[in-house]
Formats: sequence, structure tokens, C-alpha cells
Amino acid sequence: MKNIIEIENLHFSYPADEGEKPVEVLKGINLEIKEGEFMAVLGHNGSGKSTLAKHINGILIPTSGTVTVDGISTADEEKIFDLRCRAGMVFQNPDNQIVSSVVEEDVAFALENLGVPYEEMRKRVDNALKDVNMYDYRHHSPAQLSGGQKQRIAIAGIIAMKPKCIILDEPTAMLDPQGRKEVMAVIRRMNREHGITIVLITHYMDEAAQCDRVVVMDKGNIILDDTPRAVFSHVEQVKEIGLDVPQATELAWELRKAGYDVPQDIITEDECAEAIKRLFERE
Amino acid sequence: MAILETQELTYVYSQGSPFQKTAVDHVNLKIDEGEMVGVMGHTGSGKSTLIQHFNGLLRPTSGKVLLDGEDIWADKNKIRDVRFKVGLVFQYPEYQIFEETVYKDIAFGPKNMGLDEAEIKRRILETAHDLGLKEELLERSPFELSGGQKRRVAIAGVMAMNPRVLILDEPTAGLDPAGRDKILGHIKNYHERTKNTILIVSHSMEDIAGFADKILVMNKAKLFCYDETEKVFARADEISQIGLDVPQITKVFMKLKEQGLDFGKDVYTMDYAKKLLLKKLAERGGV
Amino acid sequence: MLRDITIGQYFPGDSVIHRLDPRFKLIITFIYIIMLFAGDRFICLGVGAVFTLIAIFLSRIPLKMFVKSVKPLLPFLLITAILNLFFVTSGDILFKWKFIKITDEAVSISIFMFVRIMLLIMGSSLLTYTTSPITLTDAIERLLSPLKKIKVPVHELAMMMSIALRFIPTLIEETDKIMSAQKARGAEIDSGSFMTRAKNMISILVPLFISSFRRADELATAMECRCYRGGEGRTRLRQLKSAPRDYIALAIAIVFWVINIIIG
Repeated sequence: MKNIIEIENLHFSYPADEGEKPVEVLKGINLEIKEGEFMAVLGHNGSGKSTLAKHINGILIPTSGTVTVDGISTADEEKIFDLRCRAGMVFQNPDNQIVSSVVEEDVAFALENLGVPYEEMRKRVDNALKDVNMYDYRHHSPAQLSGGQKQRIAIAGIIAMKPKCIILDEPTAMLDPQGRKEVMAVIRRMNREHGITIVLITHYMDEAAQCDRVVVMDKGNIILDDTPRAVFSHVEQVKEIGLDVPQATELAWELRKAGYDVPQDIITEDECAEAIKRLFERE
Repeated sequence: MAILETQELTYVYSQGSPFQKTAVDHVNLKIDEGEMVGVMGHTGSGKSTLIQHFNGLLRPTSGKVLLDGEDIWADKNKIRDVRFKVGLVFQYPEYQIFEETVYKDIAFGPKNMGLDEAEIKRRILETAHDLGLKEELLERSPFELSGGQKRRVAIAGVMAMNPRVLILDEPTAGLDPAGRDKILGHIKNYHERTKNTILIVSHSMEDIAGFADKILVMNKAKLFCYDETEKVFARADEISQIGLDVPQITKVFMKLKEQGLDFGKDVYTMDYAKKLLLKKLAERGGV
Repeated sequence: MLRDITIGQYFPGDSVIHRLDPRFKLIITFIYIIMLFAGDRFICLGVGAVFTLIAIFLSRIPLKMFVKSVKPLLPFLLITAILNLFFVTSGDILFKWKFIKITDEAVSISIFMFVRIMLLIMGSSLLTYTTSPITLTDAIERLLSPLKKIKVPVHELAMMMSIALRFIPTLIEETDKIMSAQKARGAEIDSGSFMTRAKNMISILVPLFISSFRRADELATAMECRCYRGGEGRTRLRQLKSAPRDYIALAIAIVFWVINIIIG
């Protein structure tokens, strides 16, 4: 598979006030993301994960280093709209990214901006709404929707652009458990059925556990990059930087620490129960 | 002795309009002084409406709310005093900060109570300490602080009123695990120092399991259950049926039970699970 | 309590009036206003009233909603009428007491003005009752689009309008929340002296402003991410198509106008 996103030696500092030293938020990130990958970027608040996300579709431009998406450099101002059609972005607060007071018109917003003709636009908007299971709500006002529904509308607005990848910056942080489930289900389906590359920024370990690959960030660096199983098996390291591991993983780790023979890469409750059962069944 | 009590508490939104909806339906409960209560229920279960009755922000459509055995609506003019006795911290409380310094913002509530400067200062220092806010922070602008710090300043604003009952609506919403643990730890400190009654609304049973004495579950405007934490977790099956998540650790032990490995107890915290398993394994001869 | 306010009150429905092309509705409303202000005989107002009543009947919105729309402006209307009563001095004197003189002309002018404004409010209410604000904004943008040639930022203004409409419910909800939160901290908002209330308003306005700026900032970024670059080359999902009924409605309005001119 070819790489859709390539990040090379990315450094970034926010411009500092006069007389103050700029603080470096990203300290030399190297990352390659393959087409069709479902990846989570896990990190605590202030780890630099959102800053990294904003580099992928050119909201922020590297202080040094390069970011390319599908061969387009994010620093290339002339191609910024091409870039944004390929890499769509969904933000944390569902309220602050919905522009129109009618659901279907909001989904059409990007297409209107791009000058897509009516018939094509109608088709794409309807399909995007069906993809996120919100077609029945197309004439509603966003004010009548729940947080999870609003977030799905925001996702539909991005899908309508037919992007190759979607970057989601903590899309579930403000939602209730029901809304989180709905949004995660939609994201997973977009990845499986449409082959869209997903970069999910989150601090929820249960969401990261559903991905193919997890990148853990701390203080502007990538410190772990592997499958969720492998990442969570570093229980101590993950907890040390202020993140959680699944309780099943932690329990297995505690047992192993006490000298019992338990596999290292447990993340589900079934695996954990199985391992415990085996301990009690041995002679 | 019950500090808060509801009798047939019912609240109907937009009564008489086509949007009429019963949000709280004949709820009866008694909360004892000094308890730490976890409040659960999914969005729309009526839990937010319920807690807004406890400090008189909403007035029951029918039924009563009693504070220390007295109907809080007996004299409408005294409802402000009820708000000083029952403090309510809303979701994302950092969005209500408005003063130029952290100190002044925390002082807003105590000032409204008519306390004198010395008392206000004493309380601010106390709560700042409970919440891990350093003294030099007090003279800074709250808007320069980090998200987690702002949240703590906002919580301090209500804690400094030293309400006999403190209600927090999802105090950890949107925080990362470290921020979440910090805030929960600070609330615990405050509880230990003041022995005040505390109600914490949360979606996460894992958060609540660790330290609530009792758990109150709302479902479809009705009180689903209100009981000791252990007893509520013994009904983990029913709780997941009404759409609430039970901790993964509880699920592990439910699975084990299904497969014939019954430890006789309901497990809902990591510490307890670890101790229990290590003890049982040691009984079988250890490693 | 704030939630009860609904700006531009729109009553969804599918009556003939609801289904009219909003551009035509705007033009017809405009003709109607000219009609009311051109004639100065009672019979002219009569024609206007007939026109309004037919339209209201067709919209299937209860008449009491229109009475409601006039209510908040009633004190203002009455004061105007009373002033007219005292300050118009031509005509025969009907009543005299010390320096107060009331003439027959004053009475008729007062009543005339009162009815005229009432009709004006009812007619424009009909427009907002049967057209959603967003459709109305859209229609205004399209009707005014020729003005783009003389550098009037029509698209930008319409975009501002529609974003404002989108965020009104959000901000009302937020104000409600902040008010409750400050009340929980003992702020007196609905009671207390004027000074305390004014001071406590600050505790609501400051957080509201801060959050509005944050929202604006985030929205701007989100719009950029969705390739927003002004009105140039935009296409629209909302298609406005005029049907025969729109032309018929326009024709009826013109007929009423002509009648009005003839009898006036």
C-alpha cells in the first residue's frame, strides 16, 4: 500500500510574544500513514496531538520539516483547496462546525463552495446523509439534534467532499456514551466500506483499542507506534504519561507482575476471563 | 439523618404544549448527611433535571423537595438561601468564569452570601488548597490558565460557599485520564476535610465505582435504583440493559461467573479485583 | 424562560402561501406596503385589509397568532394615535377643554394611521410566519444580487445573516445555562436592586462574549477546512424555482394594487 500521509521531521512552535521564547509543541515528528489505515493518535491534553492533526490539512504550517498528503505539500498555498478536499477535518465541538440551520444544507456547504453542479451535489449530499444514518433528519435544524447526531452531520459534510482521509480531532470528547458509540460506528464504517484513511485523535483508550494502529504522543514526540495490543502491553509507560490502559490489560499485567503466567497482549474482557480461567484450571 | 429528601417529585417540561414531556416522574429518595453519592443515567434520563431541583433552580410541577426536613419552596423568598446550602457545579463550569483574577472569581459566590473579607479569604485559601491551586495562581487572570486549571477554579467557586450538599454535574467531562484522576482526587480531599454531602453525576461507572458510598440510577424519568454501591453493581446485568456501561473489570468477572468460576462477590474496582484474585490463587498454591 | 422567545417566528406548513417562491413573496409584500402607504382614503385600507385577510385565510395560520404579533407594538401604536389626536388641529372641533382641542379630522387620521400600521404588521408577520428565516435570507440574497455589480457585499451579508440565524438557538441555550450557573452561585438576576442586577449581568455577559468569540474562531477554521472562499463561483443546494402559482399570486397582488389606485 502506498503512503497517503507523509510527515518528515516536523517541528512546530507557536509564534511567541515579544521578548518570550517560543515553546516548541512538536519536536521532530516522523510519521507515514498508509492508504486505508485506521489510526489513532493517543495522548494527554497538551501532548501535541491536536497540533499534529492541524498540520495534516494545512490549518497550521510546519516551522520546519514537511507534511505531504497524497503528494501535495501542505505548505503549497496554491493547492490548499485540493489538499482540503483530500484531507477532511472534523473538530471536537459539534456546535461550532455546523454552518447552516438546515441539516442537508450544512452537508452541502463544502460542495457549494467548490461549485459542484446541483444534480451531482444532491446525489452526494443524500449519500453522505445515508452513510451516517441521518437521512431522515435532512430537513431538521441542527439545534434539535443531540451531540452525537450533530457530530455525524459534521462527518457527513466531510464525506460529501469525497476525501481520501479524514482527520478527527477528539470528535467524541464532548459526547455522552451513546453519542460516542454512534460516532465511532460511523467512523469505522467509513474506513471499512469506503476505504477512507482515518486519523483519530483521542484520549480514550477504548477508542484507540478499536483501531489498527496506535501512535502515542507525549511532550511533542511520538513515543510508541504499534498495534493497540502491543501499545497497551506497555502498561507502566502508558500510565506514566497520564493515559489509561483497558482494565482487562491492567489486571493481566498485575497478575503477570505477581509471577503468574498470563499473556502480555490482552485487551478484551473475553481474553482476560480466558486467561484467569486457565490459571484456576491448571493443576 | 436525611439532609435531602424528595417526595413524589415530578417535573413536566412545557406543560400544555405539544412538546410536553415528563422529565422527572414521582421520585422518592432520601440522601443522608455526609454521603458520597454517584448519580448515573443516560442523556434524557432526567438526572440533570432532578439535580436542578435540589437547589431550587427548578420548581417541582408537583411533589416536594425537603432540605433538613423543610420544604424548600415553603417560602419562595428564601430560595436563595437554599442555593447557598446546596451548591451546584454545572457541566463545563469553566465557561462561567468572568472575573479578572482567579481570587475574585472564586469570591463571587461567598460575596453574594454576604460574608466578610476575612472569612472570604480564609475560604478561598482553603478550597484552593483542596483543589491543588497554588497561591500564586490566585492573582492571575483565569483566562490564562490551562483547561484543567480553569475547571478547578470554577469548582472552587462553588466549594468556597461551603454548601452542605455539593452537586457536581460531570466534573470530568472532556478531560484526559490524568486530569480526570486529579479532579476526582481533589473532590475526595474536600469531602474528607468538610464531611459535606457530595453528589457526582457521571457517565462513567469506572469513575464512580472507586469512591461512591451509594449510587443513584435514573432511567426514563424514574428512579431506577438508589442503593449502596455494592448492591447496585450486583445488578450489573440490568444496568447494562438500560444502556449504561459497567466497568470492564465487572464484565470480566461476569464472564468468569458464566463459565462456572464464581468468586461469590461483585467486583467493580481494579484494586479489589487484584487482591481477590491474588488471594484465591495463593490459596491454590501460588505461582 | 429565554427559550420561549422565537425570533422571526416561523410556523411550518404546506399551505399555498407557504409554498410560494420566497422571492415572489418578498415582492408581493413590497407591493402590499406601497399599497398601504399610497392611498389616503379609508377605502384604500379596506382593499388592503381584504387582501390580508384572504392571504391569512389561505395560510391556515390561526388569526389569533396575528393578533399576538401586533400586541407588543400596541402601546407604541396607541401613543402615536393619541398624539395625532391632539396635534392635528384642522377640521371641525368636536371637543374642547382648556387648551385641548380635538377635531373630527384628528379622530379620522388617528384611526387611519392606527389601522394602516396594524395592517402593515400583520402583512409582514404573514411573510415571516410562512417563510423560514433561512429561506428568506436566501431570497433576499438572490433578489439583491444585481447590486453585487456596484460592489455591495450581498453574499457576505447574507452569509452573516444565516450564520446568525444558525447560532441564535445555541446562544439562547448557552445564556440559559450561564444564568443558571451564576444563580447557583447566588447571583440575583430576576430580583434585587437595579444596581445588583446590573452588576450581575456582567457575570453573564462576560462568559457569553468569551464563548461567542471562541465559537466564531472555531467556526471560521471549520469553514476554511470546507473550502469556503467567499461567494465567487458558489453553487447552491437550495434551488428556487418559480411555478405558475407564483405568477398568479403576483398578478392578484397587482390587480389589488390597481384597484387601490383607481378608487384612491
